[in-house]
Formats: sequence, C-alpha cells, structure tokens
Amino acid sequence: MGFFQTNLPYLLAGISTGGQYALIAIGYTMVYGILRLINFAHGDVFMCAALMVIYSASYLPLYISLPLAIVATGLLGFAIERVAYKPLRTAPRMSAMISAIGMSYLIQNLALYVTGGLTKYYPPVPFISDSIEIFGAMTKRVTVITPFVTLFLIIVLVSIIKYTKIGIAMRAVSRDFETAQLMGVKINSVISATFVIGSLLAAIGSTLFFSNYTGVTPTVGGMPGLKAFVAAVFGGIGSIPGAVIGAFIIGICENLIKGMGLTTFSDAFTFVLLIVVLMFMPTGLFGEKATDKV
Amino acid sequence: MEKEKKKDLIISLAVIAAVYAIVAVLEAVLPRTSMLFTVLKKGSIYALVAVSMNLLNGFTGLFSLGQAGFMLLGAYTYAIFTIPVEQRAAVYQYFDGGIIQFSLPVFLGIILAGVVAAFFAYLIGLPVLKLKSDYLAIATLGFAEIIRALFQWDKLGGLTNGSNLLRRFPVFKSTLFPMTVAGICIAIIVMLINSTYGRAFKAIRDDDVAAEAMGINLAHHKRLAFTISSFFAGISGALLAMFQTTVQAAQFKSAMTYEILLIVVIGGIGSVSGSVISSFLFIACSEWWLRFLDNADTYIGSFHVPLLRPGFRKVVFSIVIMAIVLLYQRGIMGDKEFSISGIRKKIAARKAAKAKKKEGTK
Repeated sequence: MGFFQTNLPYLLAGISTGGQYALIAIGYTMVYGILRLINFAHGDVFMCAALMVIYSASYLPLYISLPLAIVATGLLGFAIERVAYKPLRTAPRMSAMISAIGMSYLIQNLALYVTGGLTKYYPPVPFISDSIEIFGAMTKRVTVITPFVTLFLIIVLVSIIKYTKIGIAMRAVSRDFETAQLMGVKINSVISATFVIGSLLAAIGSTLFFSNYTGVTPTVGGMPGLKAFVAAVFGGIGSIPGAVIGAFIIGICENLIKGMGLTTFSDAFTFVLLIVVLMFMPTGLFGEKATDKV
Repeated sequence: MEKEKKKDLIISLAVIAAVYAIVAVLEAVLPRTSMLFTVLKKGSIYALVAVSMNLLNGFTGLFSLGQAGFMLLGAYTYAIFTIPVEQRAAVYQYFDGGIIQFSLPVFLGIILAGVVAAFFAYLIGLPVLKLKSDYLAIATLGFAEIIRALFQWDKLGGLTNGSNLLRRFPVFKSTLFPMTVAGICIAIIVMLINSTYGRAFKAIRDDDVAAEAMGINLAHHKRLAFTISSFFAGISGALLAMFQTTVQAAQFKSAMTYEILLIVVIGGIGSVSGSVISSFLFIACSEWWLRFLDNADTYIGSFHVPLLRPGFRKVVFSIVIMAIVLLYQRGIMGDKEFSISGIRKKIAARKAAKAKKKEGTK
C-alpha cells in the first residue's frame, strides 16, 4: 500500500498525460496508415493550437475562443497537407518526409516570430483547471477528466471509421491506395479528412495538456509529438486502439520514472522503448504484418 | 583521356589551394571580427557534417537522423579530454574537478572525438540498421535523444559535468584550421565514395535486394557506412565545440539534425559538392545576409517597412527552404558533382551548339 500511496500522484499524472499523448498519436497513426508518412509537423500543430487559444483568448471570451481555435487547427492541418504533402504524392517517400521536417521547421520559426521568443501562458480554463483532491493527492481536475474525454473521443472516432462513408473510404485507402482510387474513392478528400480529424484531436489534446503544463514555447510540441509517434509505433502503426494503449503505457511509465527521481531519463525511456519495440516487434502490438515485395 | 583527367585534377587542386590562399590573405587584411570568418568557420564545420550525412542518406540510402547525437559525442569527447589539467578544478567545480586528470593534445582529441562517435555508431548500428527507411530514421533520432539525456545526467557529472557547460578547452583562432580539417575529411569521404566500397554503397542505395544478389554483404556495408559517417560527424562535433568555445548537451537537439538534413536536401541528395556549397549558403543566409530582416527600424525612404522584427529572418528563410523542398526537389546540384571536367564539357557542348547554329544560319 505504501508504494501505491507514494506513487499515486505520478500514476494519476501518467494516466492523464497518456490520454493527451493518445489524442496526438491518433493523428500520426491515421496519417501513417494512409500515406505511409511520418507527419513531423503534427507536434507543431499541437503547439499552434495552444498559441491560437492564447492569442484569441486575449480578445474573446474563452467559450468562443476555445472552439474557434480547435476549428482553426483543423484548417491548419488541412492547409499543411495541401501545401506540403499533396504536391509530393508521386515523389519518393523520403521527399514527403523531408517536406514534413521542413514544415515543422517553418511552423516553429513562425511561432518564434509571433511570440518573440517569450514563453506564453495558457489561460486557465474554468472547471478543468481547478484544483481537486483525490485519495489525499492534490491535482488539477483535468487529470481526472482527460482519460474520460480521450475514451469518449476515441469511441466517436472508431464509430466514424466503422460506420460512415468517409470512414469506409479511409479504411479502403489505408488497405490499398491504388485499388481504392480505381474503385472511385476520392483520395484527396479522404486524405484531407484524415488530416482534419488528426488536427482536431491534437487541438483537444493540447487544451488538456496545456491546462496542466501552462508554458507554451515554439518548440514545446516536439517532445510530446515524438512520444506520441513512439506510442503509435508501439501500438502498431495504423491501428487506433494500439496507438491509444501505447500512449497510456508511455504516459504512465514516464511519470513513474519521474517519481523515482530519474527525471532526466523520462524522455530517454520513450526512445529506449522505441528501439526495443522496433527490434523485437517491428509491427507493434496490433500492427499488421507487412510483406516486402521485390 | 587519361592525360585530361590528370590535368583536371591538377586544376581542381589549384583552385582549392587558391581558395585557402585567399582566405589566408583576407584574414591578414580584414578585422578578425568580420562576419565573413564566422560564416567560413561555421560553414566548413556544417559542410563536413552535411557531407557525412550525405554519405548515409545520399550514397547508401540509409535515412538516418542521428547526426546531432554523434556530433554531441564528438564535441564532448574533445572537450573532456583536452581541458588543461590546471583548469579542471574550475570547470568541474560541482564535481570535485572531474574524474579525468590528464589532457590530450588537440590533434589527438579531435581524432578521439571521431573514434568515440564511430564506436557508439557501431554499437547502435548492430540492432538499428536492420530497420527500414522511416523506422531507421525515427530510431536514430531516438538514439540521439537518449545520448542527450545521458550526458545531462548528474550521476555522470564527473565525466560530463552534468548539465553545466564544459569550457576552457583549447580552441582555434584561425579560420584556416576548421577549413583545413574539414577539407581533409571531405577529401577522404570523396575518395571513399569513388572506391569499391563507394560503389557498393551506391548499389545498396539503388536496390538492396539486387545488391545482395550480386554478392554485396548488406549488413557489413551498411554498418561500415554508418560508422564512417558517424566518425566524421564526431570530428565536426569537436570542431563545433572549438568554434563555440563551450559545450552543453542541451544544444544538440533534433532541430540541429533537421537543419543538417535540410542543408543536404538543398545541396542535392547524393552530391558532395552540393552539400558543401549549400552549407556555406545556409550559414551565410542564416547568420549574415538575412540579418537585415531582423531589424525592426528599417526605412525605405520614409516608408517604415512592416513585419520586420527579430525572428522574421528565420521565417523568410524557412519559407525559402520549403519552396526548394517542394518545387526544386533536386536541390542545387542534384546528384551531380561540381568539377572542372564538368565545366569543360559544358563549355565544349555550348561551343558545339553555337557552331551548329552558325552553320544553320549559313
């Protein structure tokens, strides 16, 4: 019981960061499933969502600025795909990845220019930013809410993918790009929809994340982005439940490591996990086995 | 033909020697603080690491993003082993003067920087090089992050000084030093690329299944390319440490690898001279030529130019880079090399075309 008592705050924090990573990881895994592209700019989209809330909240009340910023992030995801990835659809795969890295560089520099290099602080969101006490551990309400919000959004997303027309099209495209195209699936709108959904989820994730860690700098998206990507790989890239489970495992482990006083290694742990997973289980927990054709 | 080749080689060497001579003269004439020298120093360091990355990404087809990690290893190795003994107490003030109580000469320090980076590359290469394309990229990126965390761990403070700066190690003053070291290293890489090993690397890049069928040992050659590339990344890390006069692990972020990758892409993936040209352009633009964009009080006549303020330079710069990546995917040189014989051929072709035109008008 002693172990549980001392580690409870870290466990709670872990579940909550895990949920936030899960919301980002879905964007990675969906895009990779369809385009076979690691969207390096996704972490920066997450950061941009936070900046948009901060800037719009200084002019508008929060109940308007928050949804506005989330919608704007969806549009940003759409725009990034149209500008940076669509022209390279027939180019070698590495070109698209380089373009993603370039896009990430551009967004970070743009954010640096807009913020002037100063750390901006996320406005406290009523209700979810309040402090509460559970089992004697002080925490913010967002910590408790996050897993439920995450699960709710995932259920919505999975039903969209399972039952709607666009969802069926997405599954078809991720199974076989060319055949889906021949069957009359409008590839471009499917890809755009994927990016919009991924960015919307990242925006909601950023609201939850920055309610907890309020400082926003231009590079703040990088680490959560990479970790969410690792979560996606761990769960089996292309699989949504896999990404979610991977994200929760990473979030919890990372915070328990912090609890042991090894904060320096909480980031490194993620990458050790990545290398171990890639070596022994390259397709992840729920990934499909891929065969290489000559 | 053979004679012509020899002649071209001599001309190329003469051109390179002339460049070094001009820099030497400029250094005697211009004030030491001139931006030109900063650009040349940093440019040659980045040229070396860009070429080393190109050896992997462009010539062997291994998409690795671990360059910043290997530079960190090089920079730290150099700094740790060359800080003079009498300075150690001051540098390692929180760690009782550190655990190493000797120091190596500069030259040995630089070589050791490369060797340590290569050693780690060999170890990490054993598992990681089995991975394909983007998985390899993300695993090497992860490795660089692990190294960065490890070097900031205070339990290793006796060696790495924890998250504090390493300083007071010997540095260079003359621009010619980094240019010479980088020049020699790049020359070695070029010779390697033109050897049988280089041809094997290119075969792996073009089609690894076919290369294996032809009898090339994939694992061996991939590991070789990875180790050699990291060796030179380590050396450029040592040079970077000397250039900055201080080292801190926090600086070697993945953003640094991205910058190097963008240099390689701008220069042309698979072109050594492209990487060299583009790293000088990249550094010159980011450190010098675009500085005016950061000046908020710019007037054209009495018109106050809008948007200009610190940070705008980087925005313009990254838009240009995106334009190159999207519209001009082959970069400056594509996979061609800049050479005297190439220029000669071009001139000859132009002459022939002119002669033909003349004939046509007659």
